[in-house]
Amino acid sequence: MSYSATVGSVTYRFDDLKALLAAATPERSGDLLAGVAAGSAEERAAAQYALADLPLKAFLDDLVIPYEEDEVTRVIVDGLDYMAFAEVSSLTVGDFREWLLSDSTSGADIARISPGLMPEMAAAVSKIMRAQDLITAARKVRVRTAFRDSIGLPGRLSIRLQPNHPTDDPRGVAASIVDGLLYGAGDAVIGINPAGDNIDSVTRLLRMLDDIISGHGIPTQSCVLTHVTTTIEAIERGAPVDLVFQSIAGTQKANESFGVSASILEEGRAAALSLGRGTVGRNVMYFETGQGSALSAGANHGVDQQTVEARCYGFARAFEPLLVNTVVGFIGPEYLYDGKQIIRAGLEDHFCGKLLGLPMGVDICYTNHANADQDDMDILLASLAAAGVTYIMGVPGADDIMLNYQSTSFHDGLNARRLFGLRPAPEFEAWLRDLGLVDEDLTPRPLAGAERLLSGALAL
Amino acid sequence: MSPTELRVEDSWASLRRYTDARIALGRAGASLPTRELLGFRLAHAAARDAVLAELDADSLAQGMAEPGLGLARLRSRCGSKAEYLQRPDLGRRLCDQSRSTLEALAPSSGCDLAIVVADGLSSAAVERQALPLLSALLPLAAGLKLGPLCLATRARVALSDEIGSLLGAKAVLILIGERPGLSSPDSLGAYLTFEPSPGTTDERRNCVSNIRPAGLPIASAASKLDYLVRESLRRGLSGVGLKDEQGALGTSSTLVVEERV
Repeated sequence: MSYSATVGSVTYRFDDLKALLAAATPERSGDLLAGVAAGSAEERAAAQYALADLPLKAFLDDLVIPYEEDEVTRVIVDGLDYMAFAEVSSLTVGDFREWLLSDSTSGADIARISPGLMPEMAAAVSKIMRAQDLITAARKVRVRTAFRDSIGLPGRLSIRLQPNHPTDDPRGVAASIVDGLLYGAGDAVIGINPAGDNIDSVTRLLRMLDDIISGHGIPTQSCVLTHVTTTIEAIERGAPVDLVFQSIAGTQKANESFGVSASILEEGRAAALSLGRGTVGRNVMYFETGQGSALSAGANHGVDQQTVEARCYGFARAFEPLLVNTVVGFIGPEYLYDGKQIIRAGLEDHFCGKLLGLPMGVDICYTNHANADQDDMDILLASLAAAGVTYIMGVPGADDIMLNYQSTSFHDGLNARRLFGLRPAPEFEAWLRDLGLVDEDLTPRPLAGAERLLSGALAL
Repeated sequence: MSPTELRVEDSWASLRRYTDARIALGRAGASLPTRELLGFRLAHAAARDAVLAELDADSLAQGMAEPGLGLARLRSRCGSKAEYLQRPDLGRRLCDQSRSTLEALAPSSGCDLAIVVADGLSSAAVERQALPLLSALLPLAAGLKLGPLCLATRARVALSDEIGSLLGAKAVLILIGERPGLSSPDSLGAYLTFEPSPGTTDERRNCVSNIRPAGLPIASAASKLDYLVRESLRRGLSGVGLKDEQGALGTSSTLVVEERV
């Protein structure tokens, strides 16, 4: 089916739904690279008019990637709750924006219809929303998950402690963990991107994290971010695995380039659940995503990168993850050119993830070949904190010396919590307070309790 | 209040000896102390300059002419740095003029190895590491038939596929500036591809990365590359099949990796 919009004497035509979605997307370098972006600013605005007039029902008929061809489409369609959709089924995309922002629509209302939404509907409404809309609507939605602590409660902002080291040196990793814990980071997960992803070094890191977490009774979970098949092997070898990590994408072909499928993810999930290591919940999956990954793998099917990203979330929700985050600025300027594009994409991804019922975090980040700096990240962090982001990253001094990019620091996390009156996960906060590591306003108190952590880390 | 009371030092500063990560930075409120803030800015400035600065190609060309192998100055299809950063597809293809240059220079019977030096994402890396690495590498390559040395600008790794193929090279080695890290603005990467041709995928390449004095020193990089080149030519392959099978390459710096430039 084709679509059109007329501005003055010019009529813009869009061959199909994916062409319309692409043309309506705020400008970004990855869509230009893919050759799917609007040809002019006016065409983009016209496409947004056409998209706003489109009934949400149209997305059920006009699939951007066919059901027969693509496993991600099948997972999304097979999991749809049509009863939940019924409540908004008479709305257009433009109406749906107003419904989300309406005084009478609560977070519970959004959560009720969420299982009935296709990710393409979420992507569509986000494209006609301003940054302010993306913040305001996302803020209504709370998504609660749990493993050893409770993530996503109102008034809470969690932080993944990311203690990466270029050679996985245990003392180097431990030193960064101590630094992060003393600044109140680590309640989302203590998660290491390993330099070497062979099974032995992964297992070594898993044991080390388990020693720290169980040795100090820290109400949090560990993760070594390696391929799902490596984690499954680690579980088979008896390694203490809390969470199963995997990078995922929004098309089957891109997932194949990552070496993953729904059945492998389900196998990983079952393996982690069989260990029964969660104490307050059973969410065991950790996913990372990011706009542009499908195009990077030559697997975007002519769909714009933000719509493909939303499809990741539709895929992810089938596995009830503890944590999902978009690594928004990591991919580079050929997909998101500068701070403006990274900020917009971060807010879109967070909104779409929350709308689709995910515990959405954001790795607020940039590489050195992107035209962005700390000021851009400060603005995105403040915007996301206002939007109720589930968690952010905590990297020592914002400088990841293994992955060579800049994310948010332990200081940034503390600052955001103070600015917005947010606290760590309740179990984790109680642990910090019991050990005397922080005072009432979360200020680090590096005295009594810190000594135990220090001696524990040095003994490694 | 004295200036020293405005800052809170972290009492666990002794942990800094275990990692280069920016730990125990201290704080002013929940923010960075001024010296740490400015230190970060300076490091980022060096990284940005390394990405955006135009390569001093004339000086480099002088040094590359010295071995007497011949020199081809080449450009990709990217017209500007901004285009280079946004259009990796254009950075993987030679401009028409460069194709003609190379066709004129190509040895009629091909060559064993073509070596390309390219700006990539760090001009600083190429300006600092490329000539010393070539000086260490060329004596080791004695006995191989080398093509003319190539100096390419606004280049991605895969530009070496087209270059190697036009030169009739059995293998091509590209020395290229890597994406700068905050503490490593001048890190050079080397990618080896056997039987290069346009459209080659990354699993067919071997990479030696982080070549810089504070990372992988020049001499070690040269001997790793020498080993890789000889094994590649002997066995007729590169990439996944040529992984560290003899344990000669160490673990962390030589991997088959995704193309990062």
